[in-house]
Amino acid sequence: MKEDKLIIQGIEFKSRFWIGTGKYKDFDETARVIEASGSDMVTVAVRRVNITDRKSPNLLDFLDPKKYKILPNTAGCYNVEDALRYSRLAREAGVSDMIKLEVIGDERTLFPDVIGLLRATEILAKEGFIVFPYTNDDPVMCKRLEDAGAAVVMPLGAPIGSGLGLRNPYNIKIILEASSVPVIVDAGVGIASDAAVAMELGCDAVLINTAVAGAKDPMAMAEAIKYAVMAGRLAYKAGRMPKKLYATASSPIDGML
Amino acid sequence: MNLKVNGEDYQTLKETVAGLLQEMEIQSGRVAVEVNLKIIKKADYDNARLSEGDVIEIVNFVGGG
Repeated sequence: MKEDKLIIQGIEFKSRFWIGTGKYKDFDETARVIEASGSDMVTVAVRRVNITDRKSPNLLDFLDPKKYKILPNTAGCYNVEDALRYSRLAREAGVSDMIKLEVIGDERTLFPDVIGLLRATEILAKEGFIVFPYTNDDPVMCKRLEDAGAAVVMPLGAPIGSGLGLRNPYNIKIILEASSVPVIVDAGVGIASDAAVAMELGCDAVLINTAVAGAKDPMAMAEAIKYAVMAGRLAYKAGRMPKKLYATASSPIDGML
Repeated sequence: MNLKVNGEDYQTLKETVAGLLQEMEIQSGRVAVEVNLKIIKKADYDNARLSEGDVIEIVNFVGGG
């Protein structure tokens, strides 16, 4: 296959499987799982330094900056002000200008507050951030985010951590048709085939955490999803056959007895 | 001098952000520091003076999705 690189604002990604670093047993497991995933883009959260146990290990000691691009998130932020504060702190911590922007609107579903998200996107894009907004699977909102300066749009497949898969693949398809920025499914993938479906639709990448961390064997699941993402991408590029209601024989009639 | 660092009471004789980080054995390379809600640029740590009652937040990266 011809080289098939994903480039976002000049940053080149080798992998279309982006992986979260949350919910692993320890940093050793985090590092091993991420290695197995083949990913070169990992998300992290911004939190207070543990000042009572200052000798506790640091996540960044386990992630080689030459191998991985670090995408800090604003997880846990429920309003624009907090999301801006976390984004600016993340940038000052010095890994990059990229921010996975979350402005959460509801605790039970973790659905985004898209009004706040749009405002925060606009402000951060103006400040020079490369904004990766986590949003609903709403084609109109995705377009608005793009117009506000988002570098990509990241519609959810299903609620964060739910593992329900792509609940509305048709919306994702419409978002793909309407967007001129890359589309990354963020949240909802439960197992490898869900990731393959997202990629077969034409998504540019998928971002996954719980499907891996919550598997019985996270390393094996990371590897499974790695192949599913590659297979899905290849299938998308290959172009699927049209669906038909009735059968078409694969073997010829000619030559039958 | 009494400070509030990451929500905890903290006493120090250090007078700058750089001094405080050094005392707390925190590598400045991978953290961000806020004093009274204002982010302090890394280049300014040496000059950023602390005052009685300052509220300081020191953040870094942890696992997340």
